Amino acid sequence: MQRTRFAGIAAAAAVTLSLAGCGSSGGSEGGDDAKTISVVYQKTASFTQLDDVLTKAKSEYEAANPGMTVELKPVESEADQYFTKLALMNKSEDTAPDVIYEDSFQVRSDAAAGYLAPLDDQLSGWSDWSQFDDTAKQAGLGDDGKTYGVSLGTDTRALYYNKTLFQQAGLPTDWQPKTWDDVLAAARTIKAQVPDVTPLNIYGSKASGEATSMQGFEMLMYGTDDELYDTSSKKWETGTKGFSDSLGFYQSVFSEGLGPSQDLALDSTLGSQVSTTLIPQGKIAIAIDGSWLPGQWLSGDNAWPEWQQTMGMVPMPTQTGQAPGSTSMSGGWLLSVGQHAADKQAAFDFVSTALSKENALKYGTEASQIAVRKDVATDPEYLSYNPSFEFFSSLVPVTHFRPATPDYSQISSNIQVAVESVVTGSATPAEAAKTYDEALEGIVGPDNVQAAS
Amino acid sequence: MATLELDGSTSRGRVPDTRPRGTAKEAARTAGRLLPLTPAIALMGVFLAGPIGYALYGSLTNAALSGYRAANPEFVGIDNYTRLLTSGDFWHAAWLTLLFVGLSAVVGQNVLGMFLAVVQNHAPKPVANVVGALVVGAWVMPEIVAAFALYAFFASDGTLNAGLEAVGLAPASWLIDTPMLAVILANVWRGTAFSMLVFNAALAEVPPEIGEAAQIDGATALQRFFRITLPMVRRAISTNMMLTTLQTLGTFTLIFVMTSGGPGNRSTTLPVLAFQEAFKLAQIGYGTAIAVVTLAVGALFAVLYVRVLKPEVD
Repeated sequence: MQRTRFAGIAAAAAVTLSLAGCGSSGGSEGGDDAKTISVVYQKTASFTQLDDVLTKAKSEYEAANPGMTVELKPVESEADQYFTKLALMNKSEDTAPDVIYEDSFQVRSDAAAGYLAPLDDQLSGWSDWSQFDDTAKQAGLGDDGKTYGVSLGTDTRALYYNKTLFQQAGLPTDWQPKTWDDVLAAARTIKAQVPDVTPLNIYGSKASGEATSMQGFEMLMYGTDDELYDTSSKKWETGTKGFSDSLGFYQSVFSEGLGPSQDLALDSTLGSQVSTTLIPQGKIAIAIDGSWLPGQWLSGDNAWPEWQQTMGMVPMPTQTGQAPGSTSMSGGWLLSVGQHAADKQAAFDFVSTALSKENALKYGTEASQIAVRKDVATDPEYLSYNPSFEFFSSLVPVTHFRPATPDYSQISSNIQVAVESVVTGSATPAEAAKTYDEALEGIVGPDNVQAAS
Repeated sequence: MATLELDGSTSRGRVPDTRPRGTAKEAARTAGRLLPLTPAIALMGVFLAGPIGYALYGSLTNAALSGYRAANPEFVGIDNYTRLLTSGDFWHAAWLTLLFVGLSAVVGQNVLGMFLAVVQNHAPKPVANVVGALVVGAWVMPEIVAAFALYAFFASDGTLNAGLEAVGLAPASWLIDTPMLAVILANVWRGTAFSMLVFNAALAEVPPEIGEAAQIDGATALQRFFRITLPMVRRAISTNMMLTTLQTLGTFTLIFVMTSGGPGNRSTTLPVLAFQEAFKLAQIGYGTAIAVVTLAVGALFAVLYVRVLKPEVD
């Protein structure tokens, strides 16, 4: 009896000790090796260009810095899930990457959260920095005025339309819509004349994430007389006519069956499907989408040489044709250095390698970016590479940028909620706008909103 | 046994004056007996109570995924809960959760599981084996695989619609038009095997003589089932009911893969809502509050079953 009890106690003690042992040995592995630079970025079926450039930069950097290793960690998911994954990785020091592929609208938010390291010291010693234009420098700024990222390029958005389908429907192949109604009218004609084709694709689901906010809602909203955020008073607008009118556009599109079917519209892979299959197969007549689309049609797995003859591009008109007549949205992505990077200088050196003139040119052309390096933008190779560059660059004078506040990403999510509720018919534009207003006030506080006058 | 003795020793410890020497001995014995339990208690504390406590604390802050509140979350008291209880979305999700648990677990899995178990007990051996293998096949599949399979089944260009078209019926967008029905059927398909196995084991324990005696007395098959078999497997039913309820209450993968809670919020149950608020809308604190409420609902169900079905009383 006595012996059994001692055995039990001894066993318990042994288990306790071994558990304690587990705890301590686990901790030492997490320490980030200063000789390894981990790079986290997005890669999808339709977006492989960054992977190519970073792979090239990795071999260049490793050759120039013997002993250093660059560990590429592509995250294979659509943008929305990428942000979530990234934020969770950033939350723990053990998993926080050293170099981060970061959307410009997340920079302020992530800088405020302490996920990103300021790069001002490193940038002042980098001779190439003077080549970056002001928009690119703006994009990397945090709330505190420090720079938290180096721009890979920017973009604009416009309407793509399929000339073959337009011809079939008896629409002009040099289509020039002047108002939203012109766009809707063309979509209605397509629906009536060409069956089995989605007349107009506009992103409208939570699953499409920022594409819904930017390629969808904001392309409408910034063409109205209202805005999301008043930059002079630094307050967010509630109850604007522009907001509910933009949702009204969605209602017209989806209630009249002009948009993609509900199951397609709510699919998180819609973005990839649109560019890799639906547009090339002639299943979409009009699409509001980004300037990067032709990049993948030029070469690679999704090459589609006929795109130049088939697809027309035209600026997105303003609501009623009010000045300046057309509108666009610009964003872009950056490379940032993580706050927990063991060797920030090494991480920055990799960023500068990846964004050297040669690599920026490679990325700018292949990924169909609007170049932000002056030496790339004026390079003959860049200018002659893609015939759509001229059109999309011409939208720069009418383009808009998203409100640069740390709250924007959260507010954008609520825009997506509002849009999806209209798209699925579970709320009217007025109801959805009201839900948005309430959520907005909850995020920024009642002092930071102003009701439409 | 051990608990009884431990209780005895502590109650004796309250009157130290009468048996001072014995108390010291008892205390040492108690300590000796508690020691083997410490690893288990420590593990429970670290991996169960710890996270729950942390979640409770998290739900009282305005922590976010990014931005200033990610770096410095503030303590906001019960703000998240008041917001939750006044939110239409929450009550909508709570209602859908109730519907999902009620129809897919309590009714669907239990009734169908019992039916299959009874059929298996009476069917010829080969038939019983084939049915058993088919049903258990759905259950042994990892949840994510099952969810993809069901997505492929219900999707607009999926197996179900292909089958309907083959026999000349009109296809439908199941995941769009009837998302709740789709996920409920999916969960019944996936979870029935568990109930079937539990009931199978329980039915095998029912002595056949009792049924035979009733049969001689003139009881019909239905009467025998409801008057004799069911009461005799009551404990298995209550245990099974509790397990399936709690498991279904936490179902996330299945719904998320099939509908992502959509369209809109038409299949957003509480776990999906918690995920969306925390990770899509970046409000970790608010999302955690929803998770805590879900936990409380689960505890409520557990207590309810234990009280109502009294599994221990015979």
